[in-house]
Amino acid sequence: MKNPYLPLPMRLVKNFVETEDKLIHTFTLEFLNEEDEKSFQYLPGQFAEVSVFGVGEAPFGIASSPTEPGHLKFSVAKVGVVTTTLHQLPEGTILGVRGPLGNNYPIEEFKGKNLVVIGGGFAFTTLRSLITYILHPDHRGDYGELTVIYGARNPGLLLYKDELAEWEKRSDINLICTIDRPVEGWNGRVGFVPAVTKEVAPSAENAYAVICGPPVMIKFTMPVLEELGFSPERIIMSLENRMKCGIGMCGRCNVGNKYVCKDGPVFTRAQLNQLPNEY
Amino acid sequence: MLLNKGQLTDWLNQLMQAYQVFAPIKEGDYFCFKQINSGDQATLNYTNSKVPPKEVLFPRSEKLFCYRCENDGVQLTEQIDESKKIIVGLRPCDAKSFLLLDGVFKSDKYHDPYYLTRRNNTVLVGLGCNQPASTCFCTSLGGGPFATEGLDLLLVDIGDRYVVEVLTDRGRELLAGMELPAADQEAKETARRVKEGAALSTQVNLEGLKSKLDVIFYDPIWDLIHEKCLGCAACTYTCPTCHCFDIVDEAEGNEGCRIRNWDACMFPLFTLHGSGHNPRPTGKERFRQRVMHKFKYFVDNFNAIACVGCGRCIINCPVNLDIREVLAEIQGSEVRSDKQ
Repeated sequence: MKNPYLPLPMRLVKNFVETEDKLIHTFTLEFLNEEDEKSFQYLPGQFAEVSVFGVGEAPFGIASSPTEPGHLKFSVAKVGVVTTTLHQLPEGTILGVRGPLGNNYPIEEFKGKNLVVIGGGFAFTTLRSLITYILHPDHRGDYGELTVIYGARNPGLLLYKDELAEWEKRSDINLICTIDRPVEGWNGRVGFVPAVTKEVAPSAENAYAVICGPPVMIKFTMPVLEELGFSPERIIMSLENRMKCGIGMCGRCNVGNKYVCKDGPVFTRAQLNQLPNEY
Repeated sequence: MLLNKGQLTDWLNQLMQAYQVFAPIKEGDYFCFKQINSGDQATLNYTNSKVPPKEVLFPRSEKLFCYRCENDGVQLTEQIDESKKIIVGLRPCDAKSFLLLDGVFKSDKYHDPYYLTRRNNTVLVGLGCNQPASTCFCTSLGGGPFATEGLDLLLVDIGDRYVVEVLTDRGRELLAGMELPAADQEAKETARRVKEGAALSTQVNLEGLKSKLDVIFYDPIWDLIHEKCLGCAACTYTCPTCHCFDIVDEAEGNEGCRIRNWDACMFPLFTLHGSGHNPRPTGKERFRQRVMHKFKYFVDNFNAIACVGCGRCIINCPVNLDIREVLAEIQGSEVRSDKQ
């Protein structure tokens, strides 16, 4: 069995300032070895540990989709030592990646169903992976209607603006972007995600909801989803907890008897209802 | 078989030809397991070591790999310790702890090559406990002063000799060339009396504990039970089944190593998010985590309690917080409904 602590070498090919406040950068990494790229088989919702050699490693959700071969993308907020260093790295730097880690969004279960994807702020990363995967011509036919509700404090803080603009033009995705307060030049909706979800009122009939965002957004969106008729089994969430090993051994990311790194990060609301609120 | 105490040094010296031998030695006023380079360094008249011998297989600090960054790549060198080892004189409770750690470091999907390589290359020579300490409670957890679970050989001290119980083929191999006599009737009788005399003074009632823990996560009992805990983590650092670790880089210029170090759930930084949010923000949550992990979560995941009753957490706690009392309090507590 492979040593799960050894990172695969990757080259940072793009260090892109994603948000207006410059606190989120999107990093595009390419595998140095072709065989590593082949072995790195992932699905939307999974994460990886990214190494900055000499500084350390940290876990990030994979923002790219397996339908985009040749590279991995991570959108990373500048919060700690590893991420601050990462933000300053020049393109061309050699990094390490361990993964893919954790479970994925239940894309098999989603087949034939409508999907309501709800995201807030910079928690949109693995949702981008999921949406990109579903919109791929090979997969789009497997899924029903796709509704995406995405909110940020202001337009400058939305991730993946170019892609949002492209999705806007498509007829096979219903994209609703919203910002907290009115801003000049913004033609989209204004209001918090829970309120907008209530207005849009996506049907729970034959549908799954996938929700990722700050705790306060999740807290207030949950009752809306319940009111709309989404059962706890059909509300999919992704947790984050501090991690080191990413493989269920270092002991810190557990919520009750489940480890976010190996039993998650994707859980249904029903599963989380069985666990203590330690996340 | 019978081993004269006078033969012990020679035996260990002989084993050192092929193995790294780890044995209890006295350091200051306590015992610890260290690699010895002469058989006479082993001190088997001890009660138990301050830090468990788990550090032989899972060191407090170890290199996972070293790296050298180059212009167009990075060279990684794994640091897996493949040397053959023997731990001599470990107590049956500590041998049992390895069986519990095995489950953590070997899952269906991931094998930890550092722990598992050492584990597979290490032979365990146990030493029965003629005089368990007042803090010992191994029998409450299915162990015992002369339990053989996980061991390859067990030494039973009968005065001037050891009765050597051979438990595995790996154990038998260690005795090759020693030509030890079989235990005679008298020795067997003495061993029997020694075992009978090794009574434990405390029992902890674990019956029904798991089903209580299943429903008391939000119980107010945790508000009180953790109060005197300082969060120093002496209990976790000296626990034979605690396995939490941190991973850090140490580098100079283009070269460095990735290192893992023991870490502990009793520290606030252990679970602190980059955002400042902490799922276990106070001593209450952290203390609850430690109890829950050992007596509930581990049972859920591995069908075993992650405690062997060695009593180190009791001996080493600076404020005399006694896990036996904590468990008794939980057992005696009225179970209230588990609502947030």
